[in-house]
Amino acid sequence: MPKDTGIGAATVRREDVRFLTGTGEYTDDITLAKQTYAVFARSTVAHGTIKSIDTSAAEAMPGVLAVFTGEDFAEVGGNPAGWLINSRDGEPMKEPKRPVLAHGKVRHVGDAYAAVIAETVQQARDAVEAIEADIEELDAIVDMNAALTGSNFVHDEIGTNQCFDWGWIEDNREATDNAIKNAHHVTTLELVNNRLVPNAMEPRASIGSYKASTGEYTLHTTSQNPHLTRLLISAFVLGIPENMLTVIAPDVGGGFGSKIYHYGEEALVLAAAKKIGRPVKWTADRTESFLTDAHGRDHVTKIELALDADGKFLAFRTDTKANVGAYLSNFSTATPTFLHGTLMAGNYTVPLVYVNVKAVFTNTAPVDAYRGAGRPEATYSIERVIDKAARELGMDPIELRRKNFVKPDQYPFASAAGLEYDAGNYDALMDKMEEIADVAGFAARRAESEKNGKLRGFGVNAYIEACGIAPSNLVGVLGSRVGLYDAATVRVNATGNLSVMVGAHSHGQGHETAFPQVVAEMLGVDPAVIDIVHGDTSKIPFGMGTYGSRSLAVCGSAVVRATEKIINKAKKIAGHMLEASEHDITLADGVFSVSGTDKSVTFGEVALKAYIPHEYPLEDIEPGLEETAFYDPANFTYPSGAYACEVEVDPETGKVTVDRMTAVDDFGNVINPMIVTGQVHGGLAQGIGQALVENTTYDENGQLLSASYMDYTMPRADDMPMFSVDHSQGTPCTHNPLGVKGCGEAGAIGSPPTVVNAVIDALQSGGKNVTHIDMPVSPARVWEAMQ
Amino acid sequence: MTKVTMTVNGKSVSGDVEGRTLLSSFLRDDQGLTGTHVGCDTSQCGACVVHVDGEAVKACTMLAAEADGATVDTIEGQANADGSLNVIQQAFQDHHGLQCGFCTPGMVMSAAALLKENPTPTETEVREYLEGNICRCTGYHNIVKAIMAASGQDVTAIAAE
Repeated sequence: MPKDTGIGAATVRREDVRFLTGTGEYTDDITLAKQTYAVFARSTVAHGTIKSIDTSAAEAMPGVLAVFTGEDFAEVGGNPAGWLINSRDGEPMKEPKRPVLAHGKVRHVGDAYAAVIAETVQQARDAVEAIEADIEELDAIVDMNAALTGSNFVHDEIGTNQCFDWGWIEDNREATDNAIKNAHHVTTLELVNNRLVPNAMEPRASIGSYKASTGEYTLHTTSQNPHLTRLLISAFVLGIPENMLTVIAPDVGGGFGSKIYHYGEEALVLAAAKKIGRPVKWTADRTESFLTDAHGRDHVTKIELALDADGKFLAFRTDTKANVGAYLSNFSTATPTFLHGTLMAGNYTVPLVYVNVKAVFTNTAPVDAYRGAGRPEATYSIERVIDKAARELGMDPIELRRKNFVKPDQYPFASAAGLEYDAGNYDALMDKMEEIADVAGFAARRAESEKNGKLRGFGVNAYIEACGIAPSNLVGVLGSRVGLYDAATVRVNATGNLSVMVGAHSHGQGHETAFPQVVAEMLGVDPAVIDIVHGDTSKIPFGMGTYGSRSLAVCGSAVVRATEKIINKAKKIAGHMLEASEHDITLADGVFSVSGTDKSVTFGEVALKAYIPHEYPLEDIEPGLEETAFYDPANFTYPSGAYACEVEVDPETGKVTVDRMTAVDDFGNVINPMIVTGQVHGGLAQGIGQALVENTTYDENGQLLSASYMDYTMPRADDMPMFSVDHSQGTPCTHNPLGVKGCGEAGAIGSPPTVVNAVIDALQSGGKNVTHIDMPVSPARVWEAMQ
Repeated sequence: MTKVTMTVNGKSVSGDVEGRTLLSSFLRDDQGLTGTHVGCDTSQCGACVVHVDGEAVKACTMLAAEADGATVDTIEGQANADGSLNVIQQAFQDHHGLQCGFCTPGMVMSAAALLKENPTPTETEVREYLEGNICRCTGYHNIVKAIMAASGQDVTAIAAE
């Protein structure tokens, strides 16, 4: 019987009511008293020297209150990279300053070099047009190969466009080379992981305000992690003491990674608010989002897989160039390295892995973590080359994978790429996938498609990912400059209801529904009496926010720890009330009882006693019932899955239609299956979007050709099939209290290679010896490959 | 400035607008009806869909002055008189047809317009009708399911919780 409450229940979301009635409160919905508006002047060239900026005409325009240029921020700090990567030779990465406003040079189309603050957004927009900027255009650096060999630099002061040249695992390099040299068979594939724009439907927005009488700043902003944003602004950029800066991320309309990072606009509105003494709001339009939000992916990779005569994997070796764009965004150096290279053993017992990644500066928007972040790139490389190897060796692609899977009795398993997988059962996932996807019925469906003049292909994929980021000690060794714990405070109010303050931020994930399910289960109270507070640094403990599929695995674990502390203290209070030892008190269904007796008090009575401590042992127990816990995970969590896709290809046009998409995932224990399924759906759509339609295109001058929804194809409803999603084969995570694994990114990690493998299979069935087509697998590319 | 008067969610409202003021700006900034969202500038995303004289319209693509004298319905006016969710809104909640909520007002308004002209749409018809509404969170599966459920069709055979 499915549960109707607590852990495991498909509870409908309480937050939906405000979103469905138009009463959500997103940043741009907020209007503060005396609010003014910021509009940015942005570079129209990809690379140029700023000779002069004359703001005098703009300053004289109606309604204009202030104009800022890079000169105004020359003395403040840069926006830092959060992860220090060392090159193979031990040299630290190149880390040029990322200023609030461009100073000296502009480095990508959309790079802001000035900002106007005015009474209305229209006045600010008009005044931006009156700024006279003399920018001498320089040759744009767009192609990564040209960037690495040329003498034209995005950042002149570092004298190279190579940020780092990273090897993983460097000690395995020679052995991997030898394994490949001596192998029975080597399969090689060169591929592009296409550049994407995250495209949260809510454009970024920020409102800065300042109270001169106290020196306090407030920033309302579209953030996935308000404390991290505050830390970056306080410690690195503006130097505002943290206790003088409140960051509020109210309802946020999707993130997918793009709203993890601190952006210059946030610093600008704060500085401007102080200068003019009034709140300053900025809201991006969609083209601004395309030009300035951190993009995702953009890897060019050569992968080699060495196999023995039985099809056992001997080694993976990859050579990747990763575009980091014009500036290092906060997670940009971790994404192509530790979130990518460490996953390059996949689900397999392969003994050797060597990954080389060269990160390259170009005159394009910064590139950073986007849903999956490094793990989709790893999975795509591995799972595409395995399919190619199966074809070359005449083996069944499912059997080849099974032959190399880590088996259930091998956990904990030390992967050749340096991670310790704690739990999994990849064969069980594959079995379930074969059942749900009706692999047995494929031949009949293919025959039916062929009757209709279509080619049908079947594609498969097995993925593992590392999420629930991350153990602070481990990531510290790997170069992270922050810890990646999270925090929760459980406050039981006197009348027995609860406020739970969490460091995670919900921007679609349903925390307001799922977290109460956990607390309610532990305390035996109605979830309706539990309220989740998130997104405001003045109300919540210092948590690191939501990304890397970490909310439940990390912050949820903090919620559990804090609730355990509540239970322990409540048992002491109950023991006193019942004149029994706390050790004899048990909690069930919201009632504290003395074991073996009929004596009991309710949770509500204990709460009241904590706040009205009459006849209370004040010498032993403090009044009140409120506890905080910080939780730092012992390891990543390792979701895994087996995916299948069936496509139909129209040989006349090259159009690919996804007919069936099956995702079988191991997320360990599941708190709310409805929400988890929804997370997978969204990831699948983004992965299918990457595989079939989405692409970010810069021309040779660094102009972004895909800067609106007219030019960048977003997946629409009629591009998608109904999905088949299953998570019945969970193996609980062994190191967090709920046994949960992250589910937010899985769909976007597992689906792209599945779709492309299916397209290749379809073309092969049509007698075309096509082994690879780069994403997006557009009709033009498919048609061309078939000629 | 031009004075405009229109009936919004059953109430007569008026305001002074510039010629360039969009209906979406008038609703959001002048009327405080911030449930109508703006997600793009090119009339693609559909987060701003409202009904003007009963027709689904992208409010970012219509001037406020053009709506002078019109009847405009927004997401804020969709709930039942007692404040409870209407059939479409309830179906979106029941079938998890929303995540971040940003595209949701436009989706609900488009769904209402669809069901008015086609009371029992097929899955294909729902997907085609939503051509002008982009959602980045849900993969559309549960939106399609919710709209079909709101039309009274049995959706239990459609996969997932």
